[in-house]
Amino acid sequence: MPNQEQPLSILIVDDEPPARARLRELLADIAPHFPLEVVGEAENGVHALSLLDEHSADVVITDIRMPRMDGIELVEHLGNLEKQPDVIFATAYDNYAVQAFDLNAIDYLLKPIRAQRLQNALEKVRQTNRPSLPKLAAIGQELRGGGRTHLSCQERGRLLLVAVDEILYFKADLKYVTARTRDREYLLDEALTHLEEEFAGRFIRLHRAALVAKNAIAGFERAAGDDVEAYGWTLLRGIPDRLPVSRRQWSLAKSFAKGS
Amino acid sequence: MASISQNPLPNSLPDWRNFGIVLRVLIGANLALALAALVQAGGLPGWLSRYYVLAAWCEPPLLGAIGLLALLRDQLWRLPIRYGRLTVMAIAAFCAFLQYHLWLWLGLVDSERWGNWQAGLLGTALAALLLHYLELRARAHSPAIAEARLMALNARIRPHFLFNAINAVLSLIRAQPKQAESALETISDLFRAALRDPADWLPLSEEISLCRQYLELEKLRLGERLQVEWDIRSVPLDTLIPPLMLQPLVENAVFHGIEPAPDGGTIRIIFMRKDNDLVIEVANQHCNTPRQSAGNQIALTNIRERLALYYDLEARLEIDQSDTHYRIRIVLPCQTRNNHYPY
Repeated sequence: MPNQEQPLSILIVDDEPPARARLRELLADIAPHFPLEVVGEAENGVHALSLLDEHSADVVITDIRMPRMDGIELVEHLGNLEKQPDVIFATAYDNYAVQAFDLNAIDYLLKPIRAQRLQNALEKVRQTNRPSLPKLAAIGQELRGGGRTHLSCQERGRLLLVAVDEILYFKADLKYVTARTRDREYLLDEALTHLEEEFAGRFIRLHRAALVAKNAIAGFERAAGDDVEAYGWTLLRGIPDRLPVSRRQWSLAKSFAKGS
Repeated sequence: MASISQNPLPNSLPDWRNFGIVLRVLIGANLALALAALVQAGGLPGWLSRYYVLAAWCEPPLLGAIGLLALLRDQLWRLPIRYGRLTVMAIAAFCAFLQYHLWLWLGLVDSERWGNWQAGLLGTALAALLLHYLELRARAHSPAIAEARLMALNARIRPHFLFNAINAVLSLIRAQPKQAESALETISDLFRAALRDPADWLPLSEEISLCRQYLELEKLRLGERLQVEWDIRSVPLDTLIPPLMLQPLVENAVFHGIEPAPDGGTIRIIFMRKDNDLVIEVANQHCNTPRQSAGNQIALTNIRERLALYYDLEARLEIDQSDTHYRIRIVLPCQTRNNHYPY
C-alpha cells in the first residue's frame, strides 16, 4: 500500500492512443480514493523499457499484443532494471492469451476495464505473486510464434536492449554469453542452449561455444592442419571476426553452405 | 435493404451452366462408359480399346446435350419440375438419336432394326441416372446452407474487434461525445450486417460501404497507422455477393498487416472486372512476425469454405505472398439480379 506522501507511480503501456486515454481517465477517477500518479505512457515494450530506465515506476499496466515488443516480453526484460515495477496485464478479447493466463493463474484485466476492478488490482498488486518467468516465456513464444524480439542486459546500472535481428553471433566464454552486433558486444546473462532453442530458425550451432546467425554467414574455411582451436572457420558478413567450427559440425556447415 | 431473399429450392433442376455440375456430368457419364466397357470386354485386357470405341460413340451427344441444356437453362427452370426432368431426358435421347443418324449417314455403322430405339433409350437412361445423382447430391448438400449460415456467423466480425471498438468509444465519451455517438451508430450498423441472414445476397455497393464504416472504426483506435487506398475500376456495383465477403478480408489485413507494424501501413482494396468475373483484391504489407500465420490460416480456410458453399467451383481465392507484400484475391462470377440463381 502506498503511504500518504508517496502516491503509487504508474506507467501505462498500450499501442492504441484511445486505450491509453481511457486508462488515464479511469486512473484519474480512482485517484481521490487511492493516491496514485501516472508517470508516463509508452506505446510498446521497447518504449516502456526506455522510460523505466530513466524513471522508475511502482506499477506497469500493459497491453499484451503490441508491435515491436509485446507486453509479455516487456515483463521478461523487467528483471534487468535497477528497480523492478509490479505488473498488471490488460487485454481486450484475445482468446489465446486469456486461456494461457487462466491456465497459469496469471492475473489480468479485461478491456473495457471497470474502475473498481482496476482499483482492486492496484491495491493487491504488491501482494500478488509475480508470474514465473519461464511460464511467461513459454506463453510469449506461443503467442508470437517465436522467440523474443530483443535481449537485454545491464551495464553500469543501465538497461541495454539488443534487437535479435541485429545479432550476428553468440559466443560462450566461461560464465557469460556475449552477443555480437555489427557495432559492439553485449554481455548477456543467458545460456547458449536456451538461446539455441528459442531462436532455432535464425541461428545455427557450429561449435560447442558458438551460435551464428544464418544470414550473417559469408562462408567457411578449413583450418590449417596444425590448428588446435578448430577444425574450420566461419567467415562473417560485415565484420572481420571468424568463428570456430568443430569437427563434428563441419558436415552441417558444408550442407548449409550448399543450401544457401 | 435492397437484397433478394435466396431461399434454396431443393426441387429444381441443376444449374447447367455451373462448371461444377458440368464437370460432374462429364465424369459421371465417363465412369458409366468405363464400366460398360469393362463388362463388354469381359475383363481388363481389351478394356481400354473398348472404352475408346464407346467414348467415341457417346462423347459427341453428351457434349451436345450439355450445350443444349446450358442454352435452355433459364427456360427449364421455369417449367414445373416434372416436365423439366422429362425435357432433360428427351434432350439426351434426341442427341443420341441424332448421333446415330449422323453415323449412319457417314457410313460408320450399319443400319439396325432397333437402332433408333437403342440410341434414344441409352441417352435417356444415362440422363435419368445423372439427373438422379445430381438431385440426391443437391439434397445432401442443402443443409450446407444452414452450415454456411453458421460459418458465416463465425467468420464475421472478430470479438477482438468488438471489444477494441467498444473500448475506443468509451475513451471518446468524455472528451468527444459527438464522435462517440457516431462511432456507436457505426458499431450498430456493423452488427446489423453481421446478424443478417447469410442467405441474403446484397449488392457490392453495400458491402463496400460496410467496409468503409468498419475501417472508420479501426481508424479511431489505430489513427495514422492505418491508411487505406480504394481502387474501384469499372465494376458493376449492383453485382450481388454473399454478405460479408469483403469485410473479413479487410479485417484480416488490419489484424495481420497493420497492428503488428510499429509505423502501421497501407491497405489497398482493388475491384476489377475480368471478363465475366469480379475480382476483389486486398493487399497489405507483409509483417514478418510468425505469430500471424496461424490465425490467418483459420480466417482464410473459413472464407474458402464459404466461397465453395456459395459458388461451388465458380469462385476461387488466391494468395500472393512475397517478403514485402501479402495479397488476397477473390474471384467471383458477376451475378446481378437478372441472371442470379439461388445456389
